[in-house]
Amino acid sequence: MTVEALAQAVRDHARVLPIGNRTKPALTRVSSDVALIETTALTGIVEYEPAEYTFTALAGTRLSDVSSLLAAHGQVLPFDPTFRDAGATLGGTVAAGLSGSGRWRHGGVRDFVIGIRFVDGAGRVIRGGGKVVKNAAGFDFPKLFVGSMGRLGAIAELSLKVFPWPGPSVTVIAHMRDMAAALATLPRIARLPVVCDCIDLVPPANLLMRISGEESALATSVDRLRGALGGEAITLDVVRGAEEERIWEAAREFTWATDHLLVKVPTTLTRARVLETSLAMTRAVRRYAAAANVAWIAWPFDEDVAILDSVLTAANLSGVVLRGDEPRARLGVDAANEFGARVRRAIDPTGRFDV
Amino acid sequence: MANDAVNRDRALAEIARRVPAQRVLTSPAALSAYASDALTAFRTVPEAVIVVESTDEVTRVVRTCAEHGVPFVARGSGTSLSGGSLPVAGGIVIALNRMNRILRIDAEERVAVCEPGVINADISRAAAAHGLYYAPDPSSQPVCTIGGNVAFNSGGAHCLKYGMTSNHVLGLTVVLPDGAVARLGGESLDGVGPDLTGFFVGSEGLFGIAVEVVVRLLPRPESVRTVLAAYDSLAAAGDAVARVVASGLLPAAMEIMDALAIEAAEAAAHPGYPAGASAVLIVELDGEAGHVDAEFRRLLALLGDSGARSVRPAADEAERARIWKGRKSAFSAVGRLSPDYIVQDGVVPRSRLGAALAEIDLLSQAYGIRVANVFHAGDGNLHPLILYDGREGGALERAERLAGEILELCIRMGGSVTGEHGVGVEKLAYLPRMFSSDDMSLMRAVRDAVDPAGLANPGKMLSPT
Repeated sequence: MTVEALAQAVRDHARVLPIGNRTKPALTRVSSDVALIETTALTGIVEYEPAEYTFTALAGTRLSDVSSLLAAHGQVLPFDPTFRDAGATLGGTVAAGLSGSGRWRHGGVRDFVIGIRFVDGAGRVIRGGGKVVKNAAGFDFPKLFVGSMGRLGAIAELSLKVFPWPGPSVTVIAHMRDMAAALATLPRIARLPVVCDCIDLVPPANLLMRISGEESALATSVDRLRGALGGEAITLDVVRGAEEERIWEAAREFTWATDHLLVKVPTTLTRARVLETSLAMTRAVRRYAAAANVAWIAWPFDEDVAILDSVLTAANLSGVVLRGDEPRARLGVDAANEFGARVRRAIDPTGRFDV
Repeated sequence: MANDAVNRDRALAEIARRVPAQRVLTSPAALSAYASDALTAFRTVPEAVIVVESTDEVTRVVRTCAEHGVPFVARGSGTSLSGGSLPVAGGIVIALNRMNRILRIDAEERVAVCEPGVINADISRAAAAHGLYYAPDPSSQPVCTIGGNVAFNSGGAHCLKYGMTSNHVLGLTVVLPDGAVARLGGESLDGVGPDLTGFFVGSEGLFGIAVEVVVRLLPRPESVRTVLAAYDSLAAAGDAVARVVASGLLPAAMEIMDALAIEAAEAAAHPGYPAGASAVLIVELDGEAGHVDAEFRRLLALLGDSGARSVRPAADEAERARIWKGRKSAFSAVGRLSPDYIVQDGVVPRSRLGAALAEIDLLSQAYGIRVANVFHAGDGNLHPLILYDGREGGALERAERLAGEILELCIRMGGSVTGEHGVGVEKLAYLPRMFSSDDMSLMRAVRDAVDPAGLANPGKMLSPT
């Protein structure tokens, strides 16, 4: 498939939704009159100069292919892109606006996207941003398409910034007394001079802190975390090697959330406390990532989604359903606003992507 | 034109009823102070300057402008190097400096909520009590405002590792060009739906005025280690940058200054740069002490092997501050070498830095115009300072032609016409060289949808068609 073929496919239909490998199937559930445009054949890394810390790839390129290539040159996408092993594409990841636990240290997918080519509602191929890491020319279309869910235009090609591999890693797991205690400890960990790549919290009350860097300095970092947690942790495990990799692979691939509705909820520490209090009384499986800036919620299929919807609304939060058979794509409060509506009208005046 | 004047007078009369007289400036002397920003080659005297003190006043003034079709330009400290806050003929300036309160610092959430007139450096100053700071550090940070930083997606010396303003803004409350108020993003690092916050940042005032800015704060790095390496040629300094990059280190900053810039900085700020060097390279690492110590040893070994004539690590904070003072004063210092200068802001792929500098040198010789180079080597962001004397007939035009050739060079090498200063009025002619007519037409369509009357900072970024 070529970028021009993608544009033609858009022009050929009144209502369209571009799709990748559908690793987040709930995002691609649309009525039967919407033409699904497969981008999985729009693949290939167009440009990669390791010395530039950037690459450009077509939208359907799999994250796993990107990661392997980067790894061969000692580089990474530090935000731990989600569903990588499940076959997620680069375009789908940007469109879904998903970042994994690694987003804590250096930022999420929005912070690494620097350039885009997309097909707009008129079927034209539009370029925004560029291929250099620093650029302030023109409107920031690359960022606009992060989280656009395929509902603003069809992403054809993306340029991303990458970072050097940060070095060997180690994960400290602190078993806290309960979730409230863990949530109380979180902000202190987040302000320590010890720089964590990831700070996740999972029930019953495990704080997971990943550190990477110079091998010779890791032990000291671990000791400092241990000291900072003081008597608050009941027990503390230090995990390395393959076992450590598996912890973050499970987080990234959501293997802990199968057979459930999977919902992403951006939050803050304060709201996460409210959210957790409500969710603790349900059968929801939870994971709080990036020092509770994101709540991943796995909701049992046999529970009424309306309960989750009202919990989110009460906490003034919005959620996106990623997996599971749920007609509503969004839960909780509606964050739509006038600015977004005007931008949408300009890019997609006939509502081709408004599906 | 007559109608415009009538509408303007009506708008001003209405504003005068809502804003106290001492904050509605109309005297020629007062207006003159607002006629230029830091791009002093451009001057337009506005009809009035309204010094607003609240979101409510911004909304009212913008609504009044919308009702009467009067163009407006928001302005903070006027430090734009691209003419971004240059007034519009027949329009008004909305001065935001007095909206300078930090509304809230939440150390637990690591965010600060700021009014647009808050000075960049004041955020870090206020956050210091909590061990936190605001990372983006444009050279003008002691005076520039967060509202201007948002409008132009300001950068700084530490973008390689920390990114630009847009990477640190989580949420915005904005007054759209018709006075409607929208809230974008929030206080979370993550979001739902298109990243409208990211899209607003860098829109150069064309989408309206940010009246509240939520920025993320970072823990102050426990350790910051800085080294100054001197070279006998610019190319050698550039090669050293390539070595650092290839080593897998992620420096917080990598800056290069050439001989002319060194000379200027030395005269102005006495940073103690090695005499007679053709180029100096500043590399800075930051983070947790143990890790930084180990990385710094690697860095010093690598620089020691890079053909440097000297490699001098800053022994203490005072020496580190001196090194940076020289670098950050370079722009103004060049003012001592020449009555006037143009600062360029093009970007080239990092691997093309050497080639770009060689071409700039050739252009400088061909034009017979001195060019001092100061640049963010880590991210390929050049800042050629083109020296000229505005009193000489045609000198400005020649300098602008040279500047234009440098921008063309950046485009040709696959870079950008601006890394951090924005397009403003200065690079209006060059944005269409970087983007196709379809790209430009969609940018215009977005602008038209957000601001159908074209009143918010017209004539910036997108040239009139």
